[in-house]
Amino acid sequence: MKISRRQMLILLPAAAVAWESVLAGTPEASPNYAMTDHWWSMLIDIPKCIGCGNCVRACQTENDVPDGNFRTWVERYHVSDENMTNPQVISPDGGKEGFPVAKEDEGKYFFVPKLCNHCADSPCTQVCPVGATFISPDGVVLVDQTYCLGCAYCVQACPYGCRYIHPVKKVADKCTLCYHRITKGLTTACCEACPTGARQLADLKNPKDPIHEFMKTHAVQVLKPQMATGAKVFYNDLDGSVR
Amino acid sequence: MNLFKDAGHLFRFAGLFVLAFLAFLVVRHYVVPKSFGQYGHYRGAAIGEIAAHPVHFAGHEACEACHVDVVDVKKTGKHAHVNCEACHGAQAQHASADDPSTVKVVLPDTAVLCARCHTASAAKPKGFPQVVPDDHSQGLPCETCHKPHNPGMDTGGAK
Repeated sequence: MKISRRQMLILLPAAAVAWESVLAGTPEASPNYAMTDHWWSMLIDIPKCIGCGNCVRACQTENDVPDGNFRTWVERYHVSDENMTNPQVISPDGGKEGFPVAKEDEGKYFFVPKLCNHCADSPCTQVCPVGATFISPDGVVLVDQTYCLGCAYCVQACPYGCRYIHPVKKVADKCTLCYHRITKGLTTACCEACPTGARQLADLKNPKDPIHEFMKTHAVQVLKPQMATGAKVFYNDLDGSVR
Repeated sequence: MNLFKDAGHLFRFAGLFVLAFLAFLVVRHYVVPKSFGQYGHYRGAAIGEIAAHPVHFAGHEACEACHVDVVDVKKTGKHAHVNCEACHGAQAQHASADDPSTVKVVLPDTAVLCARCHTASAAKPKGFPQVVPDDHSQGLPCETCHKPHNPGMDTGGAK
């Protein structure tokens, strides 16, 4: 093939532009994020929760959660003096618009925000027949919605009731611990919107994370420890009546 | 004794079996996604797809980059640790716009907003500041006396 000087001069810059776009490739979602450097969890400080429902609304906005389903929700416990083991639990619309005013009453009240516990030995990922749900290398339980069949085994397997079938997509849906945010260096939407700091995203692999000091100095629990799920949502000052 | 005498039907069957196995390998090659098994028994590319979802809450650091005046007022008051978007809602569209002033931000209605956290209820932690709105202000809007960014009563002209 013969190329004249004129053609060469036209082709060169064009080739340079083309090569540039090849080098750039597909932009990565989070270029500086190394999955193996993190092991995500969350800390919930029950005495700080005021039941405002900010977290529930923020989660719905951030993740387009359909009405009537919840990736996170808040429960209000009322433990009466006579019947300490059978608390009254309410969660009107997941606590999204707050809670009815409680008149001065006997017993004790407290709020328990709930979300996926991102279990290290998760029952939900073990039952998936097709490998559509999994624990990511940084400790987040995720659903591959293009692979999910919607059989709902995982919905039944979760001992915390944290999964649901998306009413439109007909596949399993759940809290992603705002994976699209934490991989960009942001905190989760619920933590961002919590006005009292009752919810804190924590990275157990980061030795500088304040969660380590907190766990040393506080009585911290997980939900249903007897099920050995390796739950990674830690509750400070959790009452024994919480199920 | 010839071991393979009258064994033709077995070889034909074995041949079929091998063919079926090869067909299985070919089908599997095309059906199973490339990144399946990259990290475990799932499609590795799914992680990147989930991480690429759009962000709605910009995060308080994005707010602080421009709204220094408000941040300075806020950090001296009781709302110092309340993130901007806890009250103002998700603002990533505003924060990530080339010209943020083109994305108008609707200010929250303080009558609803303040009451959501500060309405008195026996269920709330005892140390948290709470009022019965009707008794407390006789229907006056909260910002008549309290400036949301620094809600103490002695903040002068703070916004």
